Amino acid sequence: MEVKIKSMKHEDFKDNEYIDKLVEELNASGANVAVGNLNKLINWGISNSLWPLCFGTSCCAIEFMSLGAARYDMARFGFEVARNSPRQADYIMVQGTIVHRMAPAMRRLYEQLAEPKYVIACGGCAVSGGPFKNSYCVVPGVDKILPVDVYIPGCPPRPEAFFYGLMQLQRKIKVQKFFGGVNRKEKREEFFAAHPEERGQLS
Amino acid sequence: MSDIKEIISGICPEATFVEGGEQLQVIVPDAKWHDLALQLRDDRRLNFDVLTAVVGMDWKDSLGVIYYLTSTSNNWDMIQVKVTAPDMKDPYIHTVSDIWKVANFQEREVYDFFGIRFINHPDMRRMFLRNDWKGHPLRKDYDADPAKNPIRLDDEVNEDDTCSYVEDGNGKIKKVPGKVFNEDEYVVNFGPQHPSTHGVMRMRTSVDGETIKKVDMMSGYIHRGIEKLCEGLGYPQILHFTDRMDYMSAHQNRHCLCLCIEKALGLEVPRRAQVIRVMMDELMRISSHLLAFGCTAMDLGATTAFFYGFREREQVLDIFEKTCGARMSMNYNVIGGVIADIHPDFVKDVKALLAIMPERLKEYHKLFTGNVIARNRLEKVGHLSKEDAINYAITGPSGRGSNWSCDCRKVHPYSVYGELQFEECLETGCDSFARYMVRMREIEQSCRILEQLVDNIPEGDIRALNVPKVVKLPVGHWYQQVEASRGTFGVFIESDGTKNPYRVHFQSPCFNLIGVMDLCCQGYMIADLITIGAALDFVIPDIDR
Repeated sequence: MEVKIKSMKHEDFKDNEYIDKLVEELNASGANVAVGNLNKLINWGISNSLWPLCFGTSCCAIEFMSLGAARYDMARFGFEVARNSPRQADYIMVQGTIVHRMAPAMRRLYEQLAEPKYVIACGGCAVSGGPFKNSYCVVPGVDKILPVDVYIPGCPPRPEAFFYGLMQLQRKIKVQKFFGGVNRKEKREEFFAAHPEERGQLS
Repeated sequence: MSDIKEIISGICPEATFVEGGEQLQVIVPDAKWHDLALQLRDDRRLNFDVLTAVVGMDWKDSLGVIYYLTSTSNNWDMIQVKVTAPDMKDPYIHTVSDIWKVANFQEREVYDFFGIRFINHPDMRRMFLRNDWKGHPLRKDYDADPAKNPIRLDDEVNEDDTCSYVEDGNGKIKKVPGKVFNEDEYVVNFGPQHPSTHGVMRMRTSVDGETIKKVDMMSGYIHRGIEKLCEGLGYPQILHFTDRMDYMSAHQNRHCLCLCIEKALGLEVPRRAQVIRVMMDELMRISSHLLAFGCTAMDLGATTAFFYGFREREQVLDIFEKTCGARMSMNYNVIGGVIADIHPDFVKDVKALLAIMPERLKEYHKLFTGNVIARNRLEKVGHLSKEDAINYAITGPSGRGSNWSCDCRKVHPYSVYGELQFEECLETGCDSFARYMVRMREIEQSCRILEQLVDNIPEGDIRALNVPKVVKLPVGHWYQQVEASRGTFGVFIESDGTKNPYRVHFQSPCFNLIGVMDLCCQGYMIADLITIGAALDFVIPDIDR
């Protein structure tokens, strides 16, 4: 099955085989007609109105601002409503180096995002620590503390690269199964098992 | 110079002098340092009113600090003062944060990196690292084992705790604990992740109703340890870090580091390369001020102005892209010149930009500057007097908004700036609006510089031919300043003769800007915190390095 999104032709993507294989695996046991169609509807909605939580720490954030301005205009794809509160956002756009002092704040923001939630690591620093990998206080890649969905390399990535990455996220969302517990959903008890110190404050 | 020596010897007979370096170096024992510092600032004959840089040092057998002082009235002369901690195991030095307010944050940085505690400093907390961090990373014997300082996902505790060290009559030093905020103060946390902090600055603001009583700036949320990384790399390898500190002054910062290395090597840069460098610097300044204009407007809720500012900025970025191959982090300057020749379209593109800019600036003024809301939000907000600007070493457009003539291109001309005709933009308003206006006028001046150069790019090499394959600096230390988009950017390099620098220190203008936030915000509304920050226009990765 092809994963189609409106903004870019299928054959222009570079990793179609990988995605097609993934879809095949996901649908190996078949999909219920009603649930399958409902999934498609919901995924169509989510993937065309992705609202980012801008977690801009350095240079990549400025390129992301260029995306918001008139020339690149990310409003064409439904990404334009950049949120500053995790409650209103669909995914975290990690733009820049994450250092030790920031790691707890980063993790907390991720936990505050409502499900379904995604993470995009933009730029060399967020992907792997970039030029600062060997430093004493840099987290070597944001995937050390968060599960990352899409990596966008570059220092900083070009606006076109940002779009490519964002469309990859759209494609990823198109194949997810909203119903049936396939998404990452953290159960309340699992959360407390991983964070015993939060139990007193929340419950 | 001999006069200064005599005067200092008169004040402090214990002082010794080292000559032969770039500036006169005065070596003072710690016990006499505070008294001498007071005289250095207040003595009419000396009048060293600006503390330009504070560089912590680990000489392996001792720890200490080099202070760079500048006298604005005396032809911007600089001297260095070297103070060594008497005991390396338990290092203490007397503070000068009561004499030059800029030393407050600077000394906290030295404490964070080297563990030198400053006697009588009011607030001896760490600046960049977590308060539970083990060790002081810029010491040469620092243990970088990640097991000692793992990635912690728990919050820092006791954030309100601070301390100071005082000396009693017998010379014994005592730790006095204190609190940043009193118990009955209402503190609003702001940041670290907030779009209007222009990065990841955290400001804890104590408010009385809506009036700001105190702002506690917490930095370090993007501290990447660039200075330590530099010590393990060769000189050509450290150049790229400067592009990633203040990414809106990438060309100027890198220009500064290259100038410093070239000065140490005694390299002559071909004229063509110098002209290209200056043109790139000015294009960068235009792009930076356009972004500052857009962001100031956006912070006030005027999103349209942001689109206008970015429209012209894209045109500048296109020029960069054609020549340097990147929109940001250009990596263009190299030791001895520039990495590639200009693109064939460069002259044409610059001319096209210069042709539209006057018209576009008029448009900005019509759209935003004259707007009554913008005026009300910016005028008479964030007052910073000239005396405070000097004492806090606020350079760049923010300092010039307080009528302090501090343009490095005028006072220490470097490259070809000495031959160019341009005006230093000064405003007397001392408020946010004055800082904003200085930026807008500086765009005009940058255009003027470009106009003078665009038709006069000389032919020739773009890089000096005698750059050594392996760059080794002679033993010594150097300090170089340039005028970056946000103020005077300084680079300190100490070399021990090998291919790696022994110590590199970057004196960033934004670091001084956050030092003045508390003073600027007191008494204003909490909503003004945003506009004051926007008008000072700091870039956080430049602060944290």
